[in-house]
Amino acid sequence: MAKRKERARVLSQECLAPGIYSMWIETGIAKEAVPGQFISLYSRDGSRLLPRPISLCEIGDGRLRIVYRVAGAGTEEFSSYRAGDPADILGPLGNGFPLEEARGKKVLLVGGGIGVPPMLETGKALSGQDVTFVMGYRDGRMFLKEDFEACGRLCVATEDGSFGTRGNVLDAIRENGLEADVIFACGPAPMLRALKEYGAQKGIPVWISMEERMACGIGACLACVCGSKEVDGHSHVRNKRVCKDGPVFLAEEVEL
Amino acid sequence: MDLSVEIAGVTLKNPVMTASGTFGSGEEYSEFVDLNKLGAVVTKGVANVPWPGNPTPRIAETYGGMLNAIGLQNPGIDVFVRRDIPFLKKFDTRIIVNVCGKTVEDYVEVVERLSEEPVDMLEINISCPNVKEGGIAFGQDPRAAEAVTRAVKEKAGQPVIMKLSPNVTDIGEMARAAEAGGADAVSLINTLTGMKIDVHRRRFALANKTGGMSGPAVKPVAVRMVYQAAQAVKIPVIGMGGIQNGEDALEFILAGATAVSVGTANFHDPYASLKVADGIRAYMEQYGIKDIKELIGAVDQ
Repeated sequence: MAKRKERARVLSQECLAPGIYSMWIETGIAKEAVPGQFISLYSRDGSRLLPRPISLCEIGDGRLRIVYRVAGAGTEEFSSYRAGDPADILGPLGNGFPLEEARGKKVLLVGGGIGVPPMLETGKALSGQDVTFVMGYRDGRMFLKEDFEACGRLCVATEDGSFGTRGNVLDAIRENGLEADVIFACGPAPMLRALKEYGAQKGIPVWISMEERMACGIGACLACVCGSKEVDGHSHVRNKRVCKDGPVFLAEEVEL
Repeated sequence: MDLSVEIAGVTLKNPVMTASGTFGSGEEYSEFVDLNKLGAVVTKGVANVPWPGNPTPRIAETYGGMLNAIGLQNPGIDVFVRRDIPFLKKFDTRIIVNVCGKTVEDYVEVVERLSEEPVDMLEINISCPNVKEGGIAFGQDPRAAEAVTRAVKEKAGQPVIMKLSPNVTDIGEMARAAEAGGADAVSLINTLTGMKIDVHRRRFALANKTGGMSGPAVKPVAVRMVYQAAQAVKIPVIGMGGIQNGEDALEFILAGATAVSVGTANFHDPYASLKVADGIRAYMEQYGIKDIKELIGAVDQ
């Protein structure tokens, strides 16, 4: 999987929900990409030097879809890009979800907040097997709901109860009596922590996609580390690089 | 056209190196950069034992730059010697090992361990603002800087570069202290101590509260300090701080730097170090410069 930085081209931009945007990008990086990986997107403003890591929502033929939240000036700039605009990107980055761990098994794909998007391509890659999506949103302003429904069964949790189960993704798992052999998840740390505990109780392997502030995105600068249970084979201390060794880890191997 | 420069008897094919801490030991960036085209690879700091570094968040973006407080996480000298030196030896570039420590004894232990290893130079980090012991403590007191330089030089098997902190009142005095201790060269600037606060969450942006600022926003400070250091000492000066392109590098060279390092720019563009070398070449062509050594310290000539 050769990584590269290139000037790609924006194919489309769409606002899916307040502050949530979907952008398709035409890029050769798509050919190398796998579900659960991410790209770094660079601002065109020289005052913003660091790339923004953004997970892949869909991987098409020669194109990638990212669904991202406007969280500051950098992502605000990205949301202004229109079809035909250049987009400077680096990728594909990270390891992706271990699809082989899910083959032939009953799988729960769990997303929360801006951790929702990467579960779409992951689910598409597991099509034809027993996959259930469990997505957590703050309120009824959901995004990618129809995309998930087109791929398989979807259970929704909203914090305010405006749709689906009131509460979080674990409440939705319990209310719907969902069972699984393996769980793949991406979302805020409290959600990942709860899923890690749930998996430990049930004896189910839980693979989680982690998030951390990044600089290089390729494993050199050691900015985006997470604590690890054992001494890591590369760092030789108890932490791992989220950008390179992850972002997907077996939950029991990392500190949350 | 001759781009080669010499530092303490070591010839670099061109004056462009990587700044310590931004390039690992070269492995990750070798997917993007032909390391054979660099004057030298300067490794991330290595200590006598593995260091876990600081809690996260370790970095924050600032206007035209960034703050980092990695805390010198490194796998320790044993792993470095076993894994990273053999990797770098596959390339036709100079290897400069950055050494960090908490005490003089720590530095000396690493330096002794490296004395028989096939590396070209050592860069002693007495200027890291992100660790509680060692690091900058040696870099802000001229007597301590001179003493650690002397201790390291006694055991070093390779030429020694002392990496200086900009967080001092008189950089010339610090450069002279390193020279008095026997340093073969000095490199500067390390990062400027800074802070960022998230006003919405009322929290420090970095878990360490303070971090080292780098990137193009610090370049004028760095050029000024490189000029002052070059005026103060006879040993070569290696300049860095916000270099993004050939013209940035030439500012440092004209100010008196024999070589330059590319650091934060690698994060913005993994090909940055090669682009800097190409930019220097293009400048020399444009002005008919046959030997880059003509340009060292040649401001106002």
